[in-house]
Amino acid sequence: MQNLAELSIGSKGEMVQIFDNSLEQKLLEMGCTPGEKFEVVRKAPFGGPIAILISSYILSVRSEDACSIEVILLEDEC
Amino acid sequence: MSVKSIKIALAGNPNSGKTTLFNALTGLKQKVGNYPGITVEKKSGKLNLFEDYKATVIDLPGTYSLFPKSIDEEVTQQVLCNTENIDYPDITLVIADASNLRRSIFLLTQIIDLNMNVVLALNMVDVATKKGLIVDVNSLSIQLGIPVVAINARRGKGLEVLNQTIIDSINKTAVNVFLDVSELFKEVIIKANQIRGIENNYASFMAICKQKLSGDIDNRCALNQLCKKEEIIPERAQAKETVNRYSMIDKLVKATVKQGKPIGRYMLTKKLDDILIHPFYGYIVFLSVLFLIFQVVFSWSAYPMELIDGLFVDIQMFTSDVLPKGLLNDLIVNGILAGLAGILIFVPQIAFLFAFIAFLEDTGYMARVSFITDKLLRIAGLNGRSIIPLLSGAACAVPAIMSARTISSWKERIITILVTPLMSCSARLPVYTLIIALIIPSDDYFGFNLQGLVLMAFYMIGFLSAILIAILLKFIIKSKEKSYYIMEMPSYKIPDWKTVAYTIFEKLKIFVFDAGKIIIAVSIVLWFLSSFAPGNDFKEIELHWAEHKDSEVYIAADKLEASYAGIIGKFIEPAIKPLGFDWKIGISLITSFAAREVFVGTMSTIYSVGDSNIRSIQSRLSELKNPETGQAFFTPAVGISLMLFYAFAMQCMSTIAIVYRETNHWKWPLIQFLYMGVLAYFSSLIAFQLLS
Repeated sequence: MQNLAELSIGSKGEMVQIFDNSLEQKLLEMGCTPGEKFEVVRKAPFGGPIAILISSYILSVRSEDACSIEVILLEDEC
Repeated sequence: MSVKSIKIALAGNPNSGKTTLFNALTGLKQKVGNYPGITVEKKSGKLNLFEDYKATVIDLPGTYSLFPKSIDEEVTQQVLCNTENIDYPDITLVIADASNLRRSIFLLTQIIDLNMNVVLALNMVDVATKKGLIVDVNSLSIQLGIPVVAINARRGKGLEVLNQTIIDSINKTAVNVFLDVSELFKEVIIKANQIRGIENNYASFMAICKQKLSGDIDNRCALNQLCKKEEIIPERAQAKETVNRYSMIDKLVKATVKQGKPIGRYMLTKKLDDILIHPFYGYIVFLSVLFLIFQVVFSWSAYPMELIDGLFVDIQMFTSDVLPKGLLNDLIVNGILAGLAGILIFVPQIAFLFAFIAFLEDTGYMARVSFITDKLLRIAGLNGRSIIPLLSGAACAVPAIMSARTISSWKERIITILVTPLMSCSARLPVYTLIIALIIPSDDYFGFNLQGLVLMAFYMIGFLSAILIAILLKFIIKSKEKSYYIMEMPSYKIPDWKTVAYTIFEKLKIFVFDAGKIIIAVSIVLWFLSSFAPGNDFKEIELHWAEHKDSEVYIAADKLEASYAGIIGKFIEPAIKPLGFDWKIGISLITSFAAREVFVGTMSTIYSVGDSNIRSIQSRLSELKNPETGQAFFTPAVGISLMLFYAFAMQCMSTIAIVYRETNHWKWPLIQFLYMGVLAYFSSLIAFQLLS
């Protein structure tokens, strides 16, 4: 198991669960439900937000919030 | 047949084209106001194309869900969930992005479950096609059990069909349910319905999840007890419901959307992002964009500003000549018209700045800017979205503060609003240039003009103090809400010019009418203070100088000294003396509270005493002697002290008015006024005492 912050750009994964309660609700409503597949597309410099492609749109979250998002790594960057 | 009036609510995700659809439906027949008690803007408009019905459309704040995370989103919930709300709609028009169907119809299905009369406007079908997504509109309509109309909000396509569909569904009663929460939570929902006395499963579920639906105040205890008895944890229940709703949506999307091959320019966003959010080039591009905006805002608005200025001089002269001489004439010319000119002079800058901001927002670039600056700004308790207000503050704090609305965290927004006026705005420029010319020699240092360097230093002081105060406020202002940065990065698109134009129009209207009222009121007060004196003082002055050849100049100067403003100036002299200021500067400081640039005008009036030659204010001030020392009055110490005072003090009625309007509370402009005043006073005091 890994958290979203650990994934590098280009890696694909699957949502498992979110540990922070209010963060969980907000992300669930935006489509980050367990089992949903995504791809890490961008990381802002200086440890800034992370952008993922999920349900055919790009969503960005702060990297410290990404630490509370548990994911399964499906496929690493080739 | 009599004309019936109906209410339509327009709901949808941010970036779904909701505002564009609203503009297309209502045109210029819009009204912008506030929801009672909160700062959230309420936009409503009259809908065209209706013969038997008069329809009012309310543009609800964009949201992803009916469970609100910000004040804006709370409005959407309150309007849609409370049948007693005065805006409760007869029909809810939901707009969804076809290229992003899964997430867009989440909100739609929640609204359906509230037993509302819903029509779905499916927008951006063309974008979906480019992404290779083919949506079966008929099948979607059948499976959801509501009318679905494919539209293109930008091109205005499908609007007639949409209007007809709305007419057709006016008297329909909603019967279908998308996700039956009573199947998930059984008995609890039925009991909650009984407690609330309303048969609405989804609304009752929301009430269980601690949502503050009005009419539930008396039921709160009973609902909490019910949760306890049935062992329901609201957060878990809500998460369970959301996951279940999405799995239903996934089935629906699978049945109605065919995935084909992407065609066209779908890759454009990726290519642009490679540059625009590149760890190095991203910042270079951003700084260049900023530089360009400031250049353009300054140079493009210079001409129209001159025009407005000239026009008002003409109007003032004309009015003064046409109206009979006297008090009324003076009030209209020097009070009301002068105040009006002070407001309208800012219109070009505000218009250009908002044109750029709206343009950057609409193309999708703004989301990228906050993406790359969020981390840096958070150190100072700000947010990625604070960058726009901060930098716009270097032109004018008024539009800058208005643009802080996009910050969803209350604390980060308040901090942004409180520090923005510290940025050196264009009104400080005339004050700085006048004083710098007096006290700084125009020598070159290492090839740079010294005067220019000092000017730049004062811009830096503004920016650095804004950041430092923000860091301080971060620890002072308490907020229970955790700050999040969860943002959709929309695809790049060519901006919709109509939307940009509406935005400028709307912001200008707010500035001219809302802030304008206060500015005019203060201008009248200032006019009164400088035009009246206690007793017969003015008459005596007139008699005294009556025979003199330059009587007008002397009378004006002496009158100002004798006026209430002069009395106040003398009254505050002991307080400002340690800063190196005399009572004449004191008057200028007071009149500058209407607007900083008034300083130059007031100084030139006061210092015209005993000077029969028409000379520039600068040469007059440079020869001024200090009566105590016999040396030049404007020493570097006095100059620096005065400039620091202008750098920090909140001397702008427009800003105070707009902060009040944006925060809906006098507390914030008052705090801002006080902290900036304290900062101004003490930095001037220290500077003067050290330098002299």
